[in-house]
Amino acid sequence: MTCTDFLSQLTDYFDGQIDPELLAEVQKHVRECHHCEVVLDTTSKTISIYREHEIYEFPTELRERLHSAIMAKCRGGC
Amino acid sequence: MPAIQSTAAEEVSPDVALVERAKQGDTEAFEQLVRQYERQIFRVAQHITQNREDAEDITQDVFLKAYEKLDQFQGNSKFSTWLVRIAVNESLMRLRKRKTSKTVSMDQDVQTEDGAIPRDFAEWRPNPEQLYGQGELSEILRKTIQGLPPGFRTVFTLRDIENLSTEETAEALGLSVPAVKSRLLRARLQLRERLSRYFRQKNGGAKP
Repeated sequence: MTCTDFLSQLTDYFDGQIDPELLAEVQKHVRECHHCEVVLDTTSKTISIYREHEIYEFPTELRERLHSAIMAKCRGGC
Repeated sequence: MPAIQSTAAEEVSPDVALVERAKQGDTEAFEQLVRQYERQIFRVAQHITQNREDAEDITQDVFLKAYEKLDQFQGNSKFSTWLVRIAVNESLMRLRKRKTSKTVSMDQDVQTEDGAIPRDFAEWRPNPEQLYGQGELSEILRKTIQGLPPGFRTVFTLRDIENLSTEETAEALGLSVPAVKSRLLRARLQLRERLSRYFRQKNGGAKP
């Protein structure tokens, strides 16, 4: 497996949709290629850091204001 | 990383009952749906438009449109996916109106090779959470995703932040599954490359 092949499998790898044979090849490639090992690790961290951090605040005051506005219009027949 | 595929059947049923009641004019049922999804819709709109006022307007518009068009919701997809699709359309429309980024469509950005090939091979050590405080980290994450082309940002938001499946993302964006996968790869690699400027191990790895 080349580095380009590795990249082409990356999405399926993260999505858990990779064919078992290809998975073994990806794992082998990563053991042998430090650059791809880093790409795998840091891409994985990229996904998890965005997933775990709520980067936009949604304060209660805003939530209540939006909520009231929506429901007032709906009750009024939109 | 384990596969995160939602089990549609479990999540659909409670919403379907609420939607049915709302269709009959039960505003309390609709209110429950609003409570359930307002945060998600606001977050999607904020991620795509990168503008808080727009996100506020869009959140209202999405639920009002959904209320008006409840009859059109067939239950073939999850109610949340249906809402997200409305939010995406409204958000892209806002971006077009603002014209800050020429034309905005899901078809743009595909030609660019920028970031498709990794260039930075430095490890991220220590972990970003150890390097930066919460506020600083959030600022870095906001700035970085803001720099992504809207088409990539949208796919990453739906797939990786909102946890929609690839199929649901494709449905919400009117794209094919391979198109979603290709954009997702580019989005993830571009974000990785840009974040590496902040998170890369000092004195280690290649220069950016």
